[in-house]
Amino acid sequence: MTVLGHLSLWLAFLVGLWGGITGFVGGAQGRADLQQSARHATFALFGALVVAVISLEVGIFRHDFSLEYVAAYTSRNLPTFYLWSALYAGQKGSLLFWATVLSLFAVLAQVLTSRRHRVYLPYVAAVTCLVTTFFVSVMLFAANPFERLGFTPLDGRGMNPQLQNPGMVFHPPMLYLGYISITIPFAFAIAALLSKKLDTEWLVAVRKWTLVSWLFLGVGLLIGMWWAYVELGWGGYWAWDPVENVALLPWLVMTAFLHSVMVQEKRGMLKKWNLALVLGAWLLSIFGTFITRSGVIASVHSFTQSSVGYFFLGFLIIAGVATITLYVTRLPLLQAEATLESMVSREASFLFNNLLFIGIAFSVLWGTLFPILSEAIRGTKITVGPPFFNQVNIPLGLGLLALTGIGPLIAWRRASIPNLRRQFAVPVTTGVFVLLILLVGGMRDIGALMAVSLGGFVFATVIQEFARGARARHRQYNEPMALAVVQLVARNRRRYGGYIVHLAIVLLFVAFAGMAFKTETQATLRPGESATLKSPYGQVYTFTHLGISQYNALNREITAALVEVRRDGKLVGRLRTEKRQHVDAIGRPTFEPSTEVGIKSGVREDLYVVLGGLVNGTEQAVYRFTINPLVWWVWFGGFVLVIGGLIVLWPGGAPVPVKGSSASRVQAGYAVKLEPQP
Amino acid sequence: MKAGTKFALGAVLIVGSVGYLMASGIKQTGQYFLTPSELAQRVSVDPSFYDLGMKIGARVVPGTVEKETATQTLRFHITDGTVSYPVVFRGLPPDTFTDSVEVVVEGRLQKDGTIHATDVLAKCGSRYEAVPKA
Repeated sequence: MTVLGHLSLWLAFLVGLWGGITGFVGGAQGRADLQQSARHATFALFGALVVAVISLEVGIFRHDFSLEYVAAYTSRNLPTFYLWSALYAGQKGSLLFWATVLSLFAVLAQVLTSRRHRVYLPYVAAVTCLVTTFFVSVMLFAANPFERLGFTPLDGRGMNPQLQNPGMVFHPPMLYLGYISITIPFAFAIAALLSKKLDTEWLVAVRKWTLVSWLFLGVGLLIGMWWAYVELGWGGYWAWDPVENVALLPWLVMTAFLHSVMVQEKRGMLKKWNLALVLGAWLLSIFGTFITRSGVIASVHSFTQSSVGYFFLGFLIIAGVATITLYVTRLPLLQAEATLESMVSREASFLFNNLLFIGIAFSVLWGTLFPILSEAIRGTKITVGPPFFNQVNIPLGLGLLALTGIGPLIAWRRASIPNLRRQFAVPVTTGVFVLLILLVGGMRDIGALMAVSLGGFVFATVIQEFARGARARHRQYNEPMALAVVQLVARNRRRYGGYIVHLAIVLLFVAFAGMAFKTETQATLRPGESATLKSPYGQVYTFTHLGISQYNALNREITAALVEVRRDGKLVGRLRTEKRQHVDAIGRPTFEPSTEVGIKSGVREDLYVVLGGLVNGTEQAVYRFTINPLVWWVWFGGFVLVIGGLIVLWPGGAPVPVKGSSASRVQAGYAVKLEPQP
Repeated sequence: MKAGTKFALGAVLIVGSVGYLMASGIKQTGQYFLTPSELAQRVSVDPSFYDLGMKIGARVVPGTVEKETATQTLRFHITDGTVSYPVVFRGLPPDTFTDSVEVVVEGRLQKDGTIHATDVLAKCGSRYEAVPKA
């Protein structure tokens, strides 16, 4: 099987090169035979890589420890569930996974693209083939997953216990899906640049693909946050670690694009900017891969330092130079069709929104690279941590949150005073009302006050939009209100799906603000002793150490501690937290001991208990107790985000509105006029 | 004033505040990241490096780790091969903390030559790679 896997990698390499050449040449010369060949090359590439994946999985499931990769990341007693995820648990396997998923997206782009956009496909095939070939060549020349050991160990090293968590089975693929699929919008952008067909057509082709990768990347980030929260035990979900940051960067840029693309569709402006965002998002994704896999920046997540980094750096430089050159030569074709008419217009608010997104992305990039930059320029390594990112991004994020509410309320081109008054009255009142309630309730943290009251403002704008639209349908078609809301969303998926995403963003901001009130305490307790902690809402929690139990499970030795929790004296439940020592099939310890956190999640707050250790092997235990307010809302907000994103993505939505049509006037907030559906 | 000009002003305002936030953020929160040798060299020239918050990247000296679970105190020595410093840390060390692991110690160097750590990050080769057996 390894021979087969290795061969199929070589096959993929050759087919990929062929697809790249035929795609570019066929597209440039308009030769149908070469174009067809490039299309088929993407299918063959995918086929070859699937064979390679199957070969590796067979090796993993057969416990073929003569394979270096299988021996390094699995063991005989690894649960089956994690044998699947072993495919992407290590550098080499994850490269294979990456290349395969990319080739799958390449095929999907060929198959799913509508007839109107056929002209771009040869170039798209070429770009996707070449990028995949790059990943295949990294495997072939630097990190071959089919490498054999000279001998066959009795058992493998096993999987790092921190990866043995359901979150880790889903987080990498989701994040990868997002990261990888950015290549498709990028390929369309390159295709548009090469074919010089830079009208709004390519935007339509690119928009949905961007939304796909935006959604996957968002879900990937959220699952990653969840994994960090339940598995790592430091009590939070976002640490501004370099690897987290580089995953966030393309997401921010794509979010900016998904907004500014509307300006181009409606007003024919921002063409250069939008194209730059698509190209930039992809370059950032390759940059992020480089950071993650090269070990240039010290991060708790990074793979070990390896030569793979040089491949990515080289690729990044070549791709960057080629992309920028192509972009610059095509700039004259990207003239705007209109100019900004008023500061108080939808366009202007999108522009500011974009500036803020890019500002946040830039500051995150800057903070991430600062140790390297400061060392290169001043000779001293200076690091910035979470305080820097919070200090910079809280004000910018709040500005963005305000625009989330303001943008949808003001009209395209130029908003009139009565229009503004009509649109802003209810939302602003709501925001102020929320602020007053919080002040009376005793909240004094400025960031949190702003976040929650702006959240109230945005929430009210969304409800107002839904209410007006539904009422109009109710009047016009006599639909009952509930049906009117459903129809409203179904008929204008992009708009109302977008509003649902805005709601999700409000939930996330409020949840993030909650972390400003986190409290924690550490205690060393004998059985029967308790520690108390006051929640930010004023209740007193009592944690009583009940005792310790030790036993063996499938592939680990467990030390479990049990804690009884009372709120203001009333029993709310028991929490268990563990130290685990993983062992291999013959009982030898593998890896360092790992901690399982005890979490009791609620709408108001999470109780988070970590077992620090036992005092000299007695039942006296060291604990850290944390109260994390509103964390549940992060996961719920993420869920709402996915729902909103899916509504926008769902195929067969309304046709793209033409400039000046009634549909665009409706979007502009002038009026809600509904046309009979055909 | 034309809308374009007004917008340019707004843009300058945003870009300016992003720049200001970043510059002041780095000034207020930036920390030196030094190796023990660099720290020793700097502190001998400039005593203001005593009691200054910084990060020190080094390796734990094998056999120097003392854990007092009862008081949650951790004592160990760190070195980069030439200079070594004793470290005192109160709190729960990360799972990956062991003898001879690479660590990033966040804390302040005291006049008596010990580092009072506020945080200890242990870097195993990686989460994704198995820990090489020494």
